[in-house]
Amino acid sequence: MELKSNQKLDIEFILKDIDKYRPRRRGWHWREGVGENRQIGKFEYYDTSENLENSQPLPAAKYFDNIDPQPKAVITTEIASGRFEDDIRRMRMAAWHGADHIMVIRTAGQSHFESLIEGTPQGVGGIPISRKQVRAQRKALDFIEDEVGRPINYHSYVSGVAGPEIAVMFAEEGVNGAHQDPQYNVLYRNINMIRSFVDAAEAKKVMTWADIAQIDGAHNANATAREAWKVMPELMVQHAINSMFSVKVGMKKENICLSTVPPTAPPAPCMRLDLPYAVALREFFREYKMRAQMNTKYMESSPREATVTHVLNLLISQLTRADIQSTITPDEGRNVPWHIYNMEAVDTAKQAFAGMDGLDSMIEIKRENSELADKVRELKERAILFMEEIIEAGGYFNAVEAGFFVDSGYYPERNGDGIVRKIDAGVGEGTVFERDVDYMAPVTAHFGYNNVAQYGINLNPSSLIGGSTLEDPSKIIFIDELDETDNVNVRLEEVKELRTTSKIKPEMEWLGDGIVLITLFLPTDERTAEFASIEIGKKMGLEDVEVIHKEIMQEAEGTRIELKGRVDFTIDINNLVIPPKPKILTEEEIRKDIEINPMKIVAATVGEDEHSVGLREIIDIKHGGIEKYGIECHILGTSVSVEKLVDAAIELNADAILTSTIISHDDIHYKNMKKLHELCIEKGIRDNIILIAGGTQVSNEYAVEAGVDAGFGRGTKGEHVATFLVEKRRAMKDED
Amino acid sequence: MKRADDFQIRRKHLADLSEEELEKRFWELAEKIVDPIIGLAVKNTSPSIERSVLLRMGFSSIEAKTIVDGAIDRGIIGKGAGNIVYRLAKDKKLEIREAGLRLVNGQMWDDVVALFKGGAN
Repeated sequence: MELKSNQKLDIEFILKDIDKYRPRRRGWHWREGVGENRQIGKFEYYDTSENLENSQPLPAAKYFDNIDPQPKAVITTEIASGRFEDDIRRMRMAAWHGADHIMVIRTAGQSHFESLIEGTPQGVGGIPISRKQVRAQRKALDFIEDEVGRPINYHSYVSGVAGPEIAVMFAEEGVNGAHQDPQYNVLYRNINMIRSFVDAAEAKKVMTWADIAQIDGAHNANATAREAWKVMPELMVQHAINSMFSVKVGMKKENICLSTVPPTAPPAPCMRLDLPYAVALREFFREYKMRAQMNTKYMESSPREATVTHVLNLLISQLTRADIQSTITPDEGRNVPWHIYNMEAVDTAKQAFAGMDGLDSMIEIKRENSELADKVRELKERAILFMEEIIEAGGYFNAVEAGFFVDSGYYPERNGDGIVRKIDAGVGEGTVFERDVDYMAPVTAHFGYNNVAQYGINLNPSSLIGGSTLEDPSKIIFIDELDETDNVNVRLEEVKELRTTSKIKPEMEWLGDGIVLITLFLPTDERTAEFASIEIGKKMGLEDVEVIHKEIMQEAEGTRIELKGRVDFTIDINNLVIPPKPKILTEEEIRKDIEINPMKIVAATVGEDEHSVGLREIIDIKHGGIEKYGIECHILGTSVSVEKLVDAAIELNADAILTSTIISHDDIHYKNMKKLHELCIEKGIRDNIILIAGGTQVSNEYAVEAGVDAGFGRGTKGEHVATFLVEKRRAMKDED
Repeated sequence: MKRADDFQIRRKHLADLSEEELEKRFWELAEKIVDPIIGLAVKNTSPSIERSVLLRMGFSSIEAKTIVDGAIDRGIIGKGAGNIVYRLAKDKKLEIREAGLRLVNGQMWDDVVALFKGGAN
């Protein structure tokens, strides 16, 4: 199947024969064409990668020949709706906006689940990562990457007490990236530390075989600590432990990505705190990849505020290094991210990087003899001291028991509020078993002691069984569904009407969720505004009304509110009366026409009407009006009589008369149009002149009925009028 | 533990190191911290590791869990779940998958225990 840009992705096609689908490749993909200058449209770029074949450019791209420069870093979007079938649609949208690393968040609770989850149950804050869902999403991405013209990395989590199994399933299913960091299990999931590290070695070995890029979990310390900027020395230690552990297992350094976040956010002077840290980290870890995450610690419910912080994070990426640029949806501080905010976040990265392209060719970091240099040195030393004390304490496990990690003190300062875990406690405690002398595992990518010699071989252990699933995927056992009531088929049936008929409903997360967002300003204090807006939502007919953001404009004068609610109706698009889209010629085409056949117009507001703003918008070059195409415009002024207009047109031998009226009581605007038309007939010029009427209350239908050639209402731009003028003149010539 | 920031005192032995020397020290310490944990991982296994071995041998997640739980219950997980299935198949001249499915169905566990002489060695 080939996706067509104007057709929806068919989820039923994705699910068809899913038991037989095999991923077509393995391993991580970095963007191509990085490191070379590139001419895109009218500009030369220094920091881009290859263009996409199909994409959705930034809104302002229309002023720049619709170019869509792609940053050099892989761009991540995190998707967490809980329904994989809806995630897939969001993936396609994100890929068009420029994401090539799709990170699927796991459902809450999966990390304590011993074994794989199977089927397609619905998740909370993510999906249960099962083979079927992974395979369906990878399959969808195979088609999506063909459509946009760039390989897309699919990513999820190898953690919890089923890490090695998940790693095997990911290797089998062509997953390209994964979080894997045993420290995360220990500190944040209370999984026994011995179990976590023993499992991690096996998981990493499998990931290494599958060429899966690994992202660590150190950034969570930043999100957890009370004062995030103080854990910077520890963050380097956590990165080092996971990186070195991975290297020792056999993972290549270019597949080891540090998840690093600028720890601070405004109103703190964050650049001065975050930049030295970014430099120190990238120097110590010069051989490793940087996955630059955005700050989540200080996110509130304002998407605007979050976006500004995130742009500052992007500035750090640009000034230092980001191999993978992660994006955080600006609504994450108020709800599970919605479709539109994934696009916003990806666009924020793309927009900022395009704007900062080549910045380092003009400015550079003061690395020597500077405040930054001192800070870099200090951070490095603090990190080293931290590691020295771990060894003094008797090693990593003892250090965790003593609460070394996620203490809010700026190391070596200690506040005694670190996370304490015991070596003989936690989920999975007592489940690590010593391998006997004759221990053996007849499979590929197995870590550690493996006595295959007892069976007389020294080749790949899997040769004992004629190859494992990694060599022979036909051996993989696919489980479809285990729960008859909680699966994708049931969910698809519930929204069948919306999938298969012409009915539509607004949505934010899931097809048919009916959620709408309303922005209000209420001239009252914050608390009153909150409760008043809930009543407003109810009166508007919304269900499940909830205030998701409030911001004081001034204590007494008013409050900004963002309200979410649900509508319970559908719209049948077949019943809509949609006027045909006005045709717009290209700027070049209009210009060329005017160049060959110069055009002259006269214009005025007619009758007793002083409102000339609209007319100026249509004519003035600075508003993108018709002057810019070379049309000679004579504005006679305001409140001009119809007679005067027609006389001027005759005198100047104009091609067209443009009139504008705002005042519309008693249909005075249409009466004037009729008068204009009749006067032109009387003067004998009607067949040779174009008459155009505009104004906020003008409809084309009534204007034409009144005798003019076209009426233009609210929202009209110069290009619409210029297109009409050129086309009408061509038609008149044809008639001659 | 609570402690004031004594960085200036602690850093004395680092003060004269060059940036390169600092970097070298950083990675040496990382290695020192990690090495014993790697040693632990080489010598030990876990239910998840053993289930992952069985997945690679062509068993489903549900089958793998049943076999691993059975091996733990009988004190023979230290042999390796894959080893148990492999040796059973070899001894009884069964296909790998067939041998594993017998165990999933609760059969042949006595044979397995006998094959490994009842536990650790």
